[in-house]
Amino acid sequence: MKIASAAISGLLFGIGLALSGMLDPVRVLGFLDIAGGAWDPTLVFVLAGAVGVTAVGYGLAGRRAAPIYDERFHLPEATALDLRLLGGATVFGVGWGLVGYCPGPAIASIGFAGTSAAIFCLAMVGGMILHRALPETARI
Amino acid sequence: MTADFTPLTSLLGGGLIGLAATLLLLLNGRIAGISGIMAGAIAAPGPERDWRTAFLVGLIFGPVTFAFFGGTLPQPVLPALPIVVVAGLLVGFGTRLGGGCTSGHGVCGLARLSPRSLAATATFVVAAMATVFLVRLLGGG
Repeated sequence: MKIASAAISGLLFGIGLALSGMLDPVRVLGFLDIAGGAWDPTLVFVLAGAVGVTAVGYGLAGRRAAPIYDERFHLPEATALDLRLLGGATVFGVGWGLVGYCPGPAIASIGFAGTSAAIFCLAMVGGMILHRALPETARI
Repeated sequence: MTADFTPLTSLLGGGLIGLAATLLLLLNGRIAGISGIMAGAIAAPGPERDWRTAFLVGLIFGPVTFAFFGGTLPQPVLPALPIVVVAGLLVGFGTRLGGGCTSGHGVCGLARLSPRSLAATATFVVAAMATVFLVRLLGGG
């Protein structure tokens, strides 16, 4: 069941991305381009809808002692605001600003957007493997 | 403001993303962070990899399903290939180092009122805005 529920969640996530307009990197860059004179606030609405529903949904789900198909909730436990968090976010932000793809829309575009999107995803996997290959002490 | 400004459908699309994130937590107890799911899907084989792979397959079929029912998908024109590769590497490396991306920190983390996610989201949005600004300044945009 865990496999089926994950697939359905992924499918809804992908439909949501398509409906939201965020599969078009131009619209994402339009939000990020605050000095261009044609600022596109769409991403704010997407984020508001997503965070709003997730906050309510998480609140309701959190009333249960455990999720339906697992023995416990797997929530992040880290709390430190360290260089790794902020450095990683900065590196990610630079890559996001160069093309307008973050991981979700990039992967969701594999099925229709042509080779460039697929190459972006391959490079993204390369970056993840590169991070994993670094010794723990060298990851900042 | 762009001509195709679509606040309502975008809000609704965001709501669907929120529903997807809620279902993944309610059913499987997992955070819908795409970069983390992707990293787990390329890790060692096993049940931990299987649900992540299933999620990603669903994610790829989402837009195709949307188009099947009459939705319009963009035909994005990306920058030159070397830039696409560098950007992909930075996104992959940075999201692992920072422990999340727009979905994990930006959607799920903010919904949980996580200070870490708020700091990460503010940082990557500012870094991305600065990058777009610099690209424009250098005449590449």
